[in-house]
Amino acid sequence: MTNDEARQLLGEVLGRIAPGTDLDEIDPAELLSDELDLDSMDLLSMLELLHERTGLELPETDAPKLRTLDDAVEYLVLRSG
Amino acid sequence: MPSLGADMDEGTLVSWLVAVGDRVTRGDIVAVVQTEKSDIEVEVFETGQVAELLVEPGTTVEVGTPLARIDSGSTATTSRGPEPTPGSQSEARPVPRPVPAASPARRHAGRVLSPLVRRDARRLGIDLGRVRPAPDGTIHRDDIAAAVPAARPTRRRVSPYARRLAMEGSIDVSTLSGTGPSGAVVARDVPGAAPAAAKRTVDPMRTAIARTMERSNREIPHYYLSHTVDMAATVEALAAHNDGRSPRDRVLLAALELRAVALAARKVDEMNGSWVDGTFVPGDGVHVATIVALRGGGLLAPVIRDADRLDADETMRSLGDVVERARRGALRSSELSGATITVTNLGEDGVEAIFGVIHPPQVAIVGFGGLVERPVVAQGRIVAHPTLTVTLAADHRATDGRIGGRFLARVAALLRSPERLL
Repeated sequence: MTNDEARQLLGEVLGRIAPGTDLDEIDPAELLSDELDLDSMDLLSMLELLHERTGLELPETDAPKLRTLDDAVEYLVLRSG
Repeated sequence: MPSLGADMDEGTLVSWLVAVGDRVTRGDIVAVVQTEKSDIEVEVFETGQVAELLVEPGTTVEVGTPLARIDSGSTATTSRGPEPTPGSQSEARPVPRPVPAASPARRHAGRVLSPLVRRDARRLGIDLGRVRPAPDGTIHRDDIAAAVPAARPTRRRVSPYARRLAMEGSIDVSTLSGTGPSGAVVARDVPGAAPAAAKRTVDPMRTAIARTMERSNREIPHYYLSHTVDMAATVEALAAHNDGRSPRDRVLLAALELRAVALAARKVDEMNGSWVDGTFVPGDGVHVATIVALRGGGLLAPVIRDADRLDADETMRSLGDVVERARRGALRSSELSGATITVTNLGEDGVEAIFGVIHPPQVAIVGFGGLVERPVVAQGRIVAHPTLTVTLAADHRATDGRIGGRFLARVAALLRSPERLL
């Protein structure tokens, strides 16, 4: 998965959780939970949707590696090989 | 027009999901109603045939106004929805759907209709009498799907916020094209809907919350108790529970908190019920409302019924389900009434303790802050453990502090005992 693909995937997934999300409008270095007003239920939904779309296992202990847009893109690119 | 909460005076019929002549069974979803708070799917409380639709979509009517007439066979009755009877909402519970009786066969003489076909037709508001059957008299699901555009448009998906913006701008949402999920109309699709518009508008949800909270603080003499709990064992057990599970099957701490409250409310049942006309009415089960903050502001309090009978995984699934549907504007009428106690959680916003305002006519609200590392004494040593502050706001007319303390101690004991929660 390339950076662009990871970003597009995250855009689709986050758009389903928080309708109206535009990744261009958020600070990629800030917490997604703050930028998009997500709670733990939303973050779990994000992992669930990413798991469905990529087949990656996404253990709970990795959740801290997906807290910002930059981190999440990097994580997906790295893990998807 | 059913009452969907103590603070509701009126509602607007958004759309009918049934048509005259349709057979409906108690518990079926028959209409979508917009309240000050959200779009709600309204369940029918009679079984019979829809004889007349009395209210046109787009009309706002007071609670108690008949929406439709349902012919239940022997006598025609008017469906007003359930009377608002706090504390005894057993009649508001959707019942398992029995297989429709012989009448569809009478109405559609000579036609073969599977239960699935009937269900599809009912859901899409298709009059089976108008569907052209196959030569052998059978109606297939495909026929129902094909009949959709001819019969009536399916329900438009519109976010509650977009609907509100459209209403404020006197714009017909059916003329808008949606760019949200599944073509849903979202705020950005409403012309002229500048986010956070500078003009002052009355937000109906704000008004509804204001009215309820005013009533609560005017009528209910609250008392407040708090308890800080060492969560080390439970946090560890929860991580072990979730380890190796796919995200879908993981349990959040919020679910265990809700379960602890449900179990404690069953045991200390003076906290579980309503204060009605100067007396405490015990709940007919433990029905826990959970406060859901909506994106863009406002709250909803969907109810998880019989929460004390759900295990941790079931509690998590119910919680995830109602939170998701609350935010989508897809809760059902029975899910917004009949709560016997409320849980609120602000831990994720960095709050250490929240002292809630009771939702009348309930008598208690339990508040959870976030996990905070604090020094605790364990086996004679001072160590840093994750701790949680749980609070109780209770109605002093219904209980005294001692009962409240007993209840809160029970919640705390459960939170410390992962083996009883997981």
